[in-house]
Amino acid sequence: MIYLFIGIGGIVGALIRYYVGLMFVNQTLSGFPISTLIVNLLGCFALGWFTTRVATRKIMRPEIISGLGTGLIGSFTTFSTFSADALLLMQENRLGTAFTYVSLSLFGGIIFSFAGHWLGEVRHSRVKGDVS
Amino acid sequence: MISSFLVAAGGFFGAISRVAASKRINQYNKRELPLGTLVVNLVGSFLLGLVIGSNMNHSLFLLFGTGFLGAFTTFSTFKLENIQLHMKKKWKTLILYIVLSYSLGILLAFAGLKIGYSL
Repeated sequence: MIYLFIGIGGIVGALIRYYVGLMFVNQTLSGFPISTLIVNLLGCFALGWFTTRVATRKIMRPEIISGLGTGLIGSFTTFSTFSADALLLMQENRLGTAFTYVSLSLFGGIIFSFAGHWLGEVRHSRVKGDVS
Repeated sequence: MISSFLVAAGGFFGAISRVAASKRINQYNKRELPLGTLVVNLVGSFLLGLVIGSNMNHSLFLLFGTGFLGAFTTFSTFKLENIQLHMKKKWKTLILYIVLSYSLGILLAFAGLKIGYSL
């Protein structure tokens, strides 16, 4: 049953990623894979926040949590397209662009995950403070 | 409309396959290294290279590439696991995880692409 929720999350996540890609298809920014980067960074932020803020409090059924976190956000972001993007830039001999792309994904991803996690914690502790 | 359907169908099975595969792998994983996500991301990178190299038609690419492999692999869980390793102060494992993911991901995409071209 949990797999059904994950699959439905996967549909929504993949579709949003696809539509974001279409939005940027005519704005290539000299071939920089901007849509994959945006999707991946946003997804890092969303999963960091969701895991800290929502998933640790038992306000949702576990299958819904898996469907939204692992299913939707997990499928919204993608590692395979990232690898292929980086490779194709290298093959076009655009090593500077490839390096920038990998660096922005590497450090940007960590920063966005942390930011989401931090936001979840701050809000969480403030709520706890109100109660006591 | 048909394009959206193809991406959706791929996304459905991609997400389910990712969770099933990484659960199975993590069952046997006694290390701190999140092997489930690592293997899924590396296999997915290889297969996407293969799909791009084989130059399949646009509809099949939306189904297998954008839909299935896009959802099968994940960047957000990878980064979340980075943060979790950092919080557990497992820095060696963290660096190993990052280096293996990026280097092997791009290398395997390259291998897939080469094999795809020759198909």
